[in-house]
Amino acid sequence: MKPSLILATGARLLMSLMLLFSLFILWRGHNEPGGGFIGGLIAATAFALHAAAFGAGALRSLLRVDPRGIIAFGLSLAILSGVPALLQGLPYMTGLWGTFGALKLGTPVLFDIGVYFVVVGGVLTMICALLEEG
Amino acid sequence: MLTVVLLIFVLAALAPALHRLLPALSHWLLALPPALVCGWFALQVPGIGEAPLREAWVWAPQLGVTLSFWLDGLSLTFALLITGIGAFIVLYSGGYLHGHVHQGRFYLFILAFMGSMLGLVLADNLFSLFVFWELTSVTSFLLIGFNHEDGRARRSAVQALVVTSLGGLAMMAGFVLLGVAGGGFELSDIRASGADLRGHDLYLPILLLVLAGAFTKSAQVPFHFWLPNAMDAPTPVSAYLHSATMVKAGVYLLARLSPTLGGTPEWMWALTVAGGVTAVTGGLLALRATDLKRILAYTTLMALGTLTLLLGMGGDAAWQGFAIFLVAHSLYKGALFMGAGAVDHGTGTRDINELGGLWPRMRLTGAFMALAALSMAGLPPLVGFVGKELIYEAGLHGPMLALLAAFVANACMVAAAGLVFLKPFTGPATPAASHAHEGGPALWLGPAVLSVLGLVAGLAPGLLGSAFAGPTVAAVAGRPVEVDLHLWHGLTPALGLSVLTVALGAAAYLMADRTRAAIAGTIRASRVDMDAAYDRILAGMDRVAAAVTGQLQGGSLRRYQLTVFTAIAALLGLTLWLRGAVALPTEMGPLSPIGLLLAATMLTGAVATLLARTRLAAIVALSINGLGLALTFLVFGAPDVGITQLMVETLTTVVLVLVLRRLPAVGRLARPTRAQRWGDAAVAVAVGVTVTLVLLGALATPLPLDLSLYFGEHSYLGAHGRNVVNVILVDFRGFDTLGEVTVVAIACLGVYSLLRVVLAGRREGEDPR
Repeated sequence: MKPSLILATGARLLMSLMLLFSLFILWRGHNEPGGGFIGGLIAATAFALHAAAFGAGALRSLLRVDPRGIIAFGLSLAILSGVPALLQGLPYMTGLWGTFGALKLGTPVLFDIGVYFVVVGGVLTMICALLEEG
Repeated sequence: MLTVVLLIFVLAALAPALHRLLPALSHWLLALPPALVCGWFALQVPGIGEAPLREAWVWAPQLGVTLSFWLDGLSLTFALLITGIGAFIVLYSGGYLHGHVHQGRFYLFILAFMGSMLGLVLADNLFSLFVFWELTSVTSFLLIGFNHEDGRARRSAVQALVVTSLGGLAMMAGFVLLGVAGGGFELSDIRASGADLRGHDLYLPILLLVLAGAFTKSAQVPFHFWLPNAMDAPTPVSAYLHSATMVKAGVYLLARLSPTLGGTPEWMWALTVAGGVTAVTGGLLALRATDLKRILAYTTLMALGTLTLLLGMGGDAAWQGFAIFLVAHSLYKGALFMGAGAVDHGTGTRDINELGGLWPRMRLTGAFMALAALSMAGLPPLVGFVGKELIYEAGLHGPMLALLAAFVANACMVAAAGLVFLKPFTGPATPAASHAHEGGPALWLGPAVLSVLGLVAGLAPGLLGSAFAGPTVAAVAGRPVEVDLHLWHGLTPALGLSVLTVALGAAAYLMADRTRAAIAGTIRASRVDMDAAYDRILAGMDRVAAAVTGQLQGGSLRRYQLTVFTAIAALLGLTLWLRGAVALPTEMGPLSPIGLLLAATMLTGAVATLLARTRLAAIVALSINGLGLALTFLVFGAPDVGITQLMVETLTTVVLVLVLRRLPAVGRLARPTRAQRWGDAAVAVAVGVTVTLVLLGALATPLPLDLSLYFGEHSYLGAHGRNVVNVILVDFRGFDTLGEVTVVAIACLGVYSLLRVVLAGRREGEDPR
C-alpha cells in the first residue's frame, strides 16, 4: 500500500508533535488536567497515525521493540514503583517524594509513567495485530 | 518448629541436584535429615505431657492468618510417624526406583509432601492448616501421577485431587465459620476460650463442612474409591501417603477438633456410621482383591474407618484405642507395603495367585512381613493386639452395631493378613517365585525397623502408653487421662471376642476363593460402583459445560451485545426498583444554551447512526455522539474525563476502521427484519431509561462532602499534586489503578492472541473458528 503524499507528510509532522504533546500531558498531569492514561492514549494515537500511513511493518521498525514488551515494561514499572515504600517499612505504594533542585519527583510519577507505557503498548499491540497480514 | 518444616522443604528443593551429584548415595543422604528431625521430635516426648509447645510467625495479621505451630501429644505422635517412617521411605525409594529417569524428581515430590504433612499436623492456625492440607493434596497428585505416561496413573491422580480438594474447599468454608463462631483462628485459642460451639447456631454447618474435608481425605465411604486407585503410584508412595500418613490427615483433623466439636449426637452418629461402614467395606473388599497392594489399600480403608469409629464413640476407652491403633497401623502397614514392594521388585508380580513359596528365597522380607502381618491380624504379643483389645473394650461400652462392625472388620484383617503373608510365602513355589531374590538393605531396613518396633511396643505397652498414648489421649479428650496399658488383661470379654475374631478370620482365609467369589457376587448384585459414578458425574459436568458454552458463546456479536445490554437494563432496573431508589432530584439547574446544543449534537449523532446504511457512515455518525459527550465533560468542568473521552473516541474510530478492513466488503448493511428492529429498539430504550434513572437517582442523593474536602486538603500537602483527579488515580487509589492497568494489559494480550488465532486460520484457508 503506497501512502498518499498528504497523509504521509501530515503523519510525519503530526506524529512528532503528538508524541511531544503526550509527554507534556504526562508531565503536567500531577498539577493540571492530564496524566499517564491520557498521555498514553495520545502517544498511541500518534503511532496509530503512523501505522495507518506507512503500515504495521514501518511502525514495528520505528518502535524496534515488540509492543507487548512495552506493556511488560510499563506494568513492571508500575508494580516496582510501590516497592521503595516497602523497603522503608511503609505500606506498599505509599508515595515517596524527593526534591532535586527545582524538580520534585516521587514514586507516583514513576507509577504514572508505567501507566503511560501500558496504555501505549496495549493499544499498539491491538493495532499491529489488526494491521498485519492485511 | 518452623525451622524443622522449612528444613524439609529446603531439602526437597535441593534433592534433584543432590541426586544428580551423588546418584548412588542420595537416598542415604536425603533420609538423614528426616531421621534427625524425628530424633528432635523424640527429644520432645518427655516434656510433652506437661506443656504443649507453641510458636507463631505473623503472616497476614489483618486476615487473622499466622503461621503458628502447636506441639502436643497428638501432633507429636503424628510428627514422629511422618518423619520416622518418612526417613525409611526415602531410603526405600532409593532402592525401589533405582535407576529411574526421574528419581531426583521423585525425591523432590516425596520430601515436599513430607514437609506439607508435617506442617499440617503441627499447624495451629486454621488457615495455615488449610494451606498445608492443600499442599498434601497437590503433592499427592504429583506422586500418584508419577508414572505420568500411564493413562491409568493420570486418571487416578486427577481423581484423588478432585475428590480431596473438593472436600478441602468445603473444609475451608467450615474453618471460616469455625473461626467466626469460636472467636479466633488459632485452634489453641478456640479450645482455651472454652466457647461452647456445640450449642452455637453455626454448629451443624461447621460440622458438616469439616466432615466433608476429613471424610474425603481419609477416604470414608462413599468417598473411598480414590484410595485403591491411588495404588497406581510407586510403592513407596502407597506405603507413605496412602497408608501411614496422608490419608490419616482426615482422622487427625477429627481428633484435633474432637475437644471443640465432639460429643454431640450429630458428631457421634456421623462418625460412627461413616467409620463403621468404611471399616466393614474396607475389610470385605480387601478379601475380594488379589493384588497385594490393593489388598493393603482396602485394609487401610478398614483402619481409617475404625479410627473414625473410635473418635465417633468417644470416651476414655475409645480414645486410648484410637491412640494405640493409630501407631500400630502405621507401623505394620508401612512395613507391609514396603515388603509388598520388595516382593514385587523380586518377583515381578503382585498378584497373590501367582505367588507362593517365597520363604526360602526372601527370608528377611518374609520375617518382617510376618511380624507386621501378625500385628495386622491383632495377635499377641504385637502392638496390633493391644490396639484391637482396646477397640473391643470401647465397643463393649458403645453401641452394639459399632462393636459388630469392628468385629467383622477385624476378622477380615485376620484373613487379609493371611493373604498378604501366608499366601505368597508358604506352600509350593510358583514360577514367579522361582527367580525371586532379596533386595538390598535399602529395601528391607524400613520393614525391619517398623515391624520390630511393633513387636517392642507390643511387649512393653506401658512404655507406649505413658510416652505417647497418654499425651495423645489428653489432646483428643481435652483433659488429662490416665493411660495404663498391658498386653495381658486377664480373661475379659474383649479377649473372648478376639478369639472369635481369629477363628472367623482363619476360616475366611482357608476358604479364600469362596469368600472372594461370595463378596464379589454381593458387590455385583448391589450394583454400587462409586468409581463409575465418579466418571458419570465428571462426564455430566462436561456435558453441562459444553451445553452452557454452546448457548453463551454462539459466535454472534449481535447476540452477545443483546445479552449484555439486556442484563444491564434488567439487573440495574431491578435493583433500582427493589431498593426504591427511583427518585428525581429536588432542584434542577437552569437549562443552558450550550447544554442544549451539546444534547442536540449527541442526539443527531445517535439518530444518524441508526439511519446509516454503510458501516463507515455508522462509525462516523457514532463518533459525533462521542465527541458531543467529550465536549460536555469539558464544558461542565471535568477536563480530565473530557480529554480521555476524546482520545478514546479517536482511537475507537481508528480501531474500528482497521477492523472494517478485515470484514468482507458489503456495500449496504442488510436491513434487519421488522421483529428484530422492534426487539433492538425495546432493549435500547430499556437501557437508556434505566441508565437515566440511575443518573437521576445519583443526583438526588446528597453526596458526602467530607470526601472531596479530604482529597482537596491532602492532594497538594500530602501527595504533592494539584490535580486532584490524577492524584486520586496514582496515589490515593493507586492500588485500584494498578489493578486496572493490569486488566488493560491482559485484555490487550487477549485481543492479540485471539486475532493471531483467527488470522493464522485465515492464512491457512481454514475456518477461523
